[in-house]
Amino acid sequence: MRFSTLVRHLREGGKNVARNGWMTFASVSSITVSLFILGVFMLLALNVNKLADQLDNQVQIRVYLKLDLDRPKIEEISRTIRRIPELKSVTFVSKAEGLKRLRDSMDEESRVALEGYTDETNPLPDAFEIEVYEPQTVAFAAKKIQAINETDPDKPITAVKYGAGTVEKLFRITNAVRNIGFVIVAGLAVMAMFLISTTIKMTIMARRREIAIMKMVGATNNFIRWPFFVEGVLIGMLGSAVTTAILLYGYSQLITTAQQDIGLYMIELASLKDVGWIVTGAIVAMGLLLGIWGSTLSVRKYLKV
Amino acid sequence: MIEMQDIWKTYPDGTVALQGINVIIDRNEFVYVVGPSGAGKSTFMKLIYREEVPSKGQISVNGFNIGKLKQRKIPYVRRNIGVIFQDYRLLPKLSAYENVAFAMEVIEAPRRQIKRRTMEVLELVGLKHKANSLPAQLSGGEQQRVAIARAIVNSPAVIVADEPTGNLDPETSWGIMKLLEEINFRGTTIVMATHNKEIVNTMRKRVIAIERGSIVRDQQRGEYGYEI
Repeated sequence: MRFSTLVRHLREGGKNVARNGWMTFASVSSITVSLFILGVFMLLALNVNKLADQLDNQVQIRVYLKLDLDRPKIEEISRTIRRIPELKSVTFVSKAEGLKRLRDSMDEESRVALEGYTDETNPLPDAFEIEVYEPQTVAFAAKKIQAINETDPDKPITAVKYGAGTVEKLFRITNAVRNIGFVIVAGLAVMAMFLISTTIKMTIMARRREIAIMKMVGATNNFIRWPFFVEGVLIGMLGSAVTTAILLYGYSQLITTAQQDIGLYMIELASLKDVGWIVTGAIVAMGLLLGIWGSTLSVRKYLKV
Repeated sequence: MIEMQDIWKTYPDGTVALQGINVIIDRNEFVYVVGPSGAGKSTFMKLIYREEVPSKGQISVNGFNIGKLKQRKIPYVRRNIGVIFQDYRLLPKLSAYENVAFAMEVIEAPRRQIKRRTMEVLELVGLKHKANSLPAQLSGGEQQRVAIARAIVNSPAVIVADEPTGNLDPETSWGIMKLLEEINFRGTTIVMATHNKEIVNTMRKRVIAIERGSIVRDQQRGEYGYEI
């Protein structure tokens, strides 16, 4: 293709966007509406995901030791545990520390029950608090820790607790939430395509004559396609730009409102920085895809003359 | 120039449009194609500019066997054939100038050449002063002149005109016919389907009459009429 022809196609595609004012408006609006709904659900899904991650990350393993272990023995066990690769952090919680925490977690009245326990009479065992890298591997890691007992004749570990049962349920729920979010977003993407294909059917009718005339004067199929392609890209870009602007502005307002006015501190929304690029990238990609797909489809049907 | 050998055309719905057409049209001829509606005139015209392909038989235009043409070669053959319709078929959102220039952009002519040649043909059809008007701002006759300018801008060897005066009043029709005669005089073959008796009988040319899919009369300097 000559360079001047390429310039011509770009110019023509741009002009078409302006010339077909109402059709452009209809296409851009339908892309915007579809992408907007998609974007809202994406933001929702990202936040639910974040929440699920937060919940998952609160999962901990607690390892309780026998009461009468001496310092070197405890350190030996600590070293053995630290060698397990799945673990992110291992914190030793001495029995004294444990008693202090227990006291702190109780109110004045119930604290009476703990009176009389000194460091010597402390009934609590020494313990480790352990975090794993991948929350979903918690059960596996717990089993590995439990296995230390089998090689040690002293059987120093009395219990390994990670909320068996509860944790599995939590994972099931968070996974389900993630999957549902994904299905909804995918479903909306398909819906957007249908909505846009309807708009395209209308444009096809409007463009039929135009394409027939191009063919009549001897335009090659590629020559006909190019301006439509450029037009599709422009419409897609317009649609996604409008959507992104509305979405990100709306979301930043939502964050401000949620945190300042309502004081919704327990649920921390994903920050604009976290979601901004993902949402923008996805919306622009979808917008371009829809624009190109739509224009290519509308031309293809009438090229076989 | 145009040669048809035993052309048959049956449409997918079973309609037999042409049966056994044999005709030779030479370079620089001016031919009227007459006949009642539905006789096969339009099919005859469409075969020439390769909108339809014959079901049987050979057709060559400009030395190309266009019945057996590969799909991607069609555009290049059409560039040598100008087509004019009863309903003008201009792009409504382009100005007169742009409509004509479009046919040259398609063949990737240099911009400067497009500008020069487009203005030249617009002058020839007498519309230089309306180059920037949109089709809707032009009268029927003016729109047809733009369509003619578009058809001749690439200097085709053949012009196929399907009832070019069908929508025009007698006076305007005469203007269009003068223009076509001028173009023919400059060396372009013209094949024109028409229902206009007055034009055919006044501007005596070769007349091909088609009835029920067959040529029933082929006469030099003939008159209008097809019932023999």
